[in-house]
Amino acid sequence: MGAQEEGEEVPHEINAIGISFGNSNSSIAYTSSEGKAEVIANEEGDRYIPSILSYIEGEEYHGTQAKSQLVRNSQNTVAYFRDYLGKDFDSIDPTPCHASAHPKKHESTVAFSIQDTESDSQNDVTVSEITTRHIRRLASSASDYLGKKVNAAVISVPTNFTEAQKEAMTKASQAAGVQLLQMISEPTAAVLAYDARSDAEIKDKIIVVADFGGTRSDIGVIASRGGMYSILSTSHDYETAGAQLDQLLIDHFAKEFIKKNKTDPRQKPKSLAKLKLEAEATKKALSLGGNASLSIESLADGVDFASTINRTRYEMLAAKIFGSLTRMIEDTVRKADLDILDVDEVILSGGTSHTPRISQNLQRLFSPKTRILSPSTLPTAIDPSSLAARGAAIQASLISEFDKEDIEQSTHPMVTVTPHLRNAIGVMVVSDDTKKGLFTALVEKETAVPCRRAGIFAAPREGGDVMVKVCEGARDIKVTKKEKAKTNGKAASDDSDLDSDDEEDEEEIREKIWKVGTVLAEAAIKGVKKGGKVEVTVHVGADLGVVVTAREVGAKGGVRGNLDKPRLVENGSA
Amino acid sequence: MAAVQISLPLPVLPQGWTEEKDFKPIGQLSSATQRNIEPVGPHFLAHARRKRHKRTFSEDERIQAQENVKKIDDDDAGEISEPEDPLMLQRDAKDWKGQDHYAVLGLSKYRYKATESQIKRAHRKKDLRHHPDKKAAAGSSEDDSFFKCIQKATEVLLDPVKRRQFDSVDEAADVEPPSKKQAQKGGFFKLWNPVFVAEGRFSKIQPVPRLGDDNSTKEEVEDFYNFWYNFDSWRSFEYQDEDVPDDNENRDQKRHVERKNNNARKKKKTEDTARLRALVDECLQGDERIKKFKKQERAGKDKRRLDREAAEKKEKEDKIKAAEEQERLRKEAEEASKVERAEGRKAKEAAKNAVKKNKRVLKGSVKDGNYLLPAGQEAGAKRIDEVLNDVEAVMAKIEPEEMALLASKLNGLKVAEEISTVWSEEVKRLVDAGKFKEVDMKVLGK
Repeated sequence: MGAQEEGEEVPHEINAIGISFGNSNSSIAYTSSEGKAEVIANEEGDRYIPSILSYIEGEEYHGTQAKSQLVRNSQNTVAYFRDYLGKDFDSIDPTPCHASAHPKKHESTVAFSIQDTESDSQNDVTVSEITTRHIRRLASSASDYLGKKVNAAVISVPTNFTEAQKEAMTKASQAAGVQLLQMISEPTAAVLAYDARSDAEIKDKIIVVADFGGTRSDIGVIASRGGMYSILSTSHDYETAGAQLDQLLIDHFAKEFIKKNKTDPRQKPKSLAKLKLEAEATKKALSLGGNASLSIESLADGVDFASTINRTRYEMLAAKIFGSLTRMIEDTVRKADLDILDVDEVILSGGTSHTPRISQNLQRLFSPKTRILSPSTLPTAIDPSSLAARGAAIQASLISEFDKEDIEQSTHPMVTVTPHLRNAIGVMVVSDDTKKGLFTALVEKETAVPCRRAGIFAAPREGGDVMVKVCEGARDIKVTKKEKAKTNGKAASDDSDLDSDDEEDEEEIREKIWKVGTVLAEAAIKGVKKGGKVEVTVHVGADLGVVVTAREVGAKGGVRGNLDKPRLVENGSA
Repeated sequence: MAAVQISLPLPVLPQGWTEEKDFKPIGQLSSATQRNIEPVGPHFLAHARRKRHKRTFSEDERIQAQENVKKIDDDDAGEISEPEDPLMLQRDAKDWKGQDHYAVLGLSKYRYKATESQIKRAHRKKDLRHHPDKKAAAGSSEDDSFFKCIQKATEVLLDPVKRRQFDSVDEAADVEPPSKKQAQKGGFFKLWNPVFVAEGRFSKIQPVPRLGDDNSTKEEVEDFYNFWYNFDSWRSFEYQDEDVPDDNENRDQKRHVERKNNNARKKKKTEDTARLRALVDECLQGDERIKKFKKQERAGKDKRRLDREAAEKKEKEDKIKAAEEQERLRKEAEEASKVERAEGRKAKEAAKNAVKKNKRVLKGSVKDGNYLLPAGQEAGAKRIDEVLNDVEAVMAKIEPEEMALLASKLNGLKVAEEISTVWSEEVKRLVDAGKFKEVDMKVLGK
């Protein structure tokens, strides 16, 4: 009609941020004009905003303020609700909410019964309404900080978020006036946060993202291939996480308190809540320093309590939990049909990852070549708590200009589901020590096709004709047992049983070697100059057809050849 | 991705290796695993673009590059796309008040909507084209009058006060209200909306409410007309002022001109307000929605009245119904009591009959039992008298129900002993109940 004819509609400006919405804490981040992701501090100056809402006489408190209400007003304080979103009551685990408003069944979803208005009546507030309020507060904090109304976001969610949960999340954020551009998985967000750094180079690598949060731990093994990420395996643990570490400290200090005062502060909800808050603070302090103190006024029966703990003691207490986290990573790597040696990078994410011991354990687990990206092992590491938010912010800045339809089309399975190579493709080279050929991978396995990789190879010193032999290769782990010197073996065995047990384990040296598989093609480059170089490009098409190009760097011509796509009958037989 | 540098050398070509084009395909790739790529990151977006548009790597790179280049072109093309009117190029800069500044800069399709940066860019563009030095270099006359026009236009349009004055009298931006003939053809909203949008540029209050369409609510339509009847315009007419002579010439003359200008401005402003009012009147007259709302209102009122009447009628009917109901209930009750009474009488008679019958049974029983004498013994008159007296005494004492019970017990008995036992039991019961004393009995119960 006429109304549409007139003038250009002012395009709705989209200001998108990244939100990491966790069970315990949330973070918000935006991408600055230089393309750097930065975490936004809320009004209270917090960059990690507890995902907690509390109500006193109709007044809403959020974040840290709400968290402190867990002591005095726990019944009207809603915490740890993220994992309840989009689930029915029967399938949730209400344990984390023990010390706050309890979840209850409400129609098909979960709700909390709280006094959120000035009247004395209890209202049933559904978890999606709580989420809406939480997101609204986050968005308003971001709007205040940026000076622009935030109306869109990318939210990071765990890899095992179901469609129903995603739908509920979309609705909840829509209701908060925030258009949910995309939901990205937390491990990918963490990888993206590292890859988006200006000094990052895009390499083919296997990355383990270990996300240790407050109430759950998630591990994801990701193949990063030319900046594209494919998740190879994941695992989730709701039993070993930050809360369990807090519990250790709570138990430790409670025992100390009982020794002195004969009362158990864990018996009284208020005392327990106080102890819990302080234990968490102590845990954080122990991640930074060797010693931490804890002091609570009127912990129980009006008795003040102050104590200290050092890191060694804490690590001894928590050794079991740390061990299980390490095992969890090992299991997940195995689940992806990979070996520890295949992992090129470990990204530690989530608040619990600040703990130095965890990264030390991982350093021991992985080979020295593996980079452990955590604050205690790498000074340039990004703060683990904010990784997901940063990744989401980067993604938000990338897609905020897109139409909704564009985003939908791009995230459609038609686009995202692609064949991944089962074996690596490489070129045979001559190594110094053996006369046998040595496989050098150009395209790693688990690379999504179509893909294109190039390598520049040295030619023999004297030049001449060279052979380019393109093969498939499989990674193999070679285990060599180191022979022990037998001289002191007898003497040691007499000393003690414990020692000999340790030493009887022969030290194994494990290394990664390539096993040459099917030969794909051979090509010849003739008359390479002395000291010349040969560039080999392998281009794998979407149908698994391969184009190999080889040419001498700086020379004309070169060789180019095609390999047909595998016929369907032959699938798997090769 | 950049090529990887590999320091280990390639093997030497074995002796005798020959192949056409120096390439020998041997094997094929093993099958692949289908996996989900995470839809995240710049490289994924590139992948999605390639896959959706079915481009190869190199095609995609080329098209992306082209797109980037085009964007810059587009930005420039916006303002110069207008052809220049040769008549306009002949304009004299002295007559700047008469010139259309937007047309001079090639912005006539934007007019009051042109942004400052658009104006600046348009100026730059025209500057480069019409610079006198360039013309001189091209060998044509050193006529720089149009260049001056451009400068003047930019000067006016980049000064917010002057631009507003010019916009006030920029009739080229006006949209004529539809003629009667056009209006009759229909398309009310299509015809009127641009008129109000154009007029709306003078409003101090922004945004200006829109005319809307057939589906607009009553509030929206009312808002719209209220707004336009109370229109607060910034339009002024200084631009059309007569030039005020320099004050050192003649003060009186100057004041005279100033006064004249002021009056002219006021007059024009009043005229403008009147014009706008007439315009809104005309539009209102043709607005079908107003009629529709009135009709709805009337329908609403009628409906209310009808509702009320219906309600009243219903109430009356209800009352009558209730009265009828009461009357009916009363009658029913009366009838019921009548029947009851008649039944009571019948029952009494029946009871009396029963008592009579029972009495007969009782008397009969003693007679059957040979007046309680052993069989064969003849009962004397005295004996009969005594027994019957006893029976009478008992019958006088006991209740009709008890009598019925006794009669049922006695009924059918023929043997004197059995009858005697029943009687003695009954007498005993009555004595125990204190109805009479044993001595009263002459025969029974002994």
